[in-house]
Amino acid sequence: MSWSSSNYLCLSSSSSVTQFSRCKLPCESEGQRGKCQDLNRATNISAYNSLKPPSFKLDKGQRRNDHVLKKPRNISAYYSLKPPPYKFDALEPYMSKRTLEVHWGEHHRGYVESLNKYLGKDDILYGYTLDELIRVTYNNGNPLPEYNVWNHDFFWESMQPGGGNLPILGLLEQIEKDFGSFSNFREEFIETALTLFGSGWVWLVLKRNEKRLAIATTTNAVTPLVWDDIPLLSLDMWEHSYYLDYKNDKARYVNVFMDHLVSWNAALARMARAQSFVNLGEPKIPVA
Amino acid sequence: MALRTLATRKTLGAFSTFPQQLRGLQTFTLPDLAYDYGALEPAISGDIMQLHHQKHHQTYITNYNKALEQLDDAIAKGDASTAVKLQSAIKFNGGGHVNHSIFWKNLAPTKEGGGEPPHGSLGWAIDQSYGSVEKLIAKMNAEGAAVQGSGWVWLAVDKELKRLVVETTANQDPLVTKGPSLVPLIGIDVWEHAYYLQYKNVRPDYLKNIWKVINWKYASEIYEKECP
Repeated sequence: MSWSSSNYLCLSSSSSVTQFSRCKLPCESEGQRGKCQDLNRATNISAYNSLKPPSFKLDKGQRRNDHVLKKPRNISAYYSLKPPPYKFDALEPYMSKRTLEVHWGEHHRGYVESLNKYLGKDDILYGYTLDELIRVTYNNGNPLPEYNVWNHDFFWESMQPGGGNLPILGLLEQIEKDFGSFSNFREEFIETALTLFGSGWVWLVLKRNEKRLAIATTTNAVTPLVWDDIPLLSLDMWEHSYYLDYKNDKARYVNVFMDHLVSWNAALARMARAQSFVNLGEPKIPVA
Repeated sequence: MALRTLATRKTLGAFSTFPQQLRGLQTFTLPDLAYDYGALEPAISGDIMQLHHQKHHQTYITNYNKALEQLDDAIAKGDASTAVKLQSAIKFNGGGHVNHSIFWKNLAPTKEGGGEPPHGSLGWAIDQSYGSVEKLIAKMNAEGAAVQGSGWVWLAVDKELKRLVVETTANQDPLVTKGPSLVPLIGIDVWEHAYYLQYKNVRPDYLKNIWKVINWKYASEIYEKECP
């Protein structure tokens, strides 16, 4: 029996649990090797019993790496379809129940399912939250349409039954500071929405670097998160979101959104949260 | 018969006619369809055809005319930055007008030959390049369904290389943006407005059904002109 194969576990301050260095036995220093051998055999690693050293011989029925947490073989779904925070007919007559049924039930659901299917094939993306996933898979401005999932969740929450009217408290102040007046903002938002070419989104974002509110547009499924800005509101300008109710009358849709659907409460809550990341100027008591 | 819709909008104001006539700026009008709105049922509903033609296409034309006027002004004044700024509006609205004009000619009711597979040189070229018309259709449907957001899917002939290609373009970009020598033979609008009322979000169904009203005769004529 050589000394190197001794199974003593030495817990010195510098060694990690997995390192097994041999400690000097008291009998060794006295040079009484014979006695040590007996000692070695007889000693139960009693002092360090709680830490079982790795045995290279497996017990019967035991499998290697049994103690390692096994990854489940079939990961079926990462993300779930979140319903909007109101009933489908709650936004009538501005956004019909039918639109919500098709937009949420078929488009949004389809996106979630494709996303899960896609992630099921690709282990590298395992473990990200949806926000991080979007940033990671930006793909130079051409993310897969599945990333519309985040946008749609955000969109449903940007609307509420009985919405519209004016924002309140600090959000109104900030809008007036950055756009001049609420009606300026409203006009700019509507004009931006109407001059958007093709499919895309219009956002009210809080720009991190410039520390001010701004209106942004994105095409297809892009979100302002990838520019590190904090979105407060969104409006879906893909045709499927207004075609059933307004056919090609985009102007009416956008006006109705501003007047009756937009949820300033949600925007206010998001801005309050955003202020913990962005310092909007003079120190003052938080908005909400 | 085919409905003559909104009157031509040649003038956008009394003042603007005068300089227009001087400079000879040509404005555009909505072309008529060669068939009734409801003639393409059940592949494409009459509602969609009417909206698509009278509202969407007309809007592109109106905005294109407006952009052209503004561009004309800017060029006359030597205002380079405005001229460049208008380019995206021109590409979008002008492209929309060009693409849709081709699209109406690409469609024909079944009674008038819509859906009948191509014969002659185009049919032969398709068989050579793609194997069969069915395979070409499958390829175009796959590409059309994969277009993200809004766009078009095209069967085109490259007039330099004398070859058929299947291409997609985004938004209202005309086919020439993908290659200056591409001549469109068949274009299919996969913007949501082209199918939403009837097919909702099931774009593959729309693509499958539209082939029943595609006018291969027109495509063959164009092909024979480019590749005699």
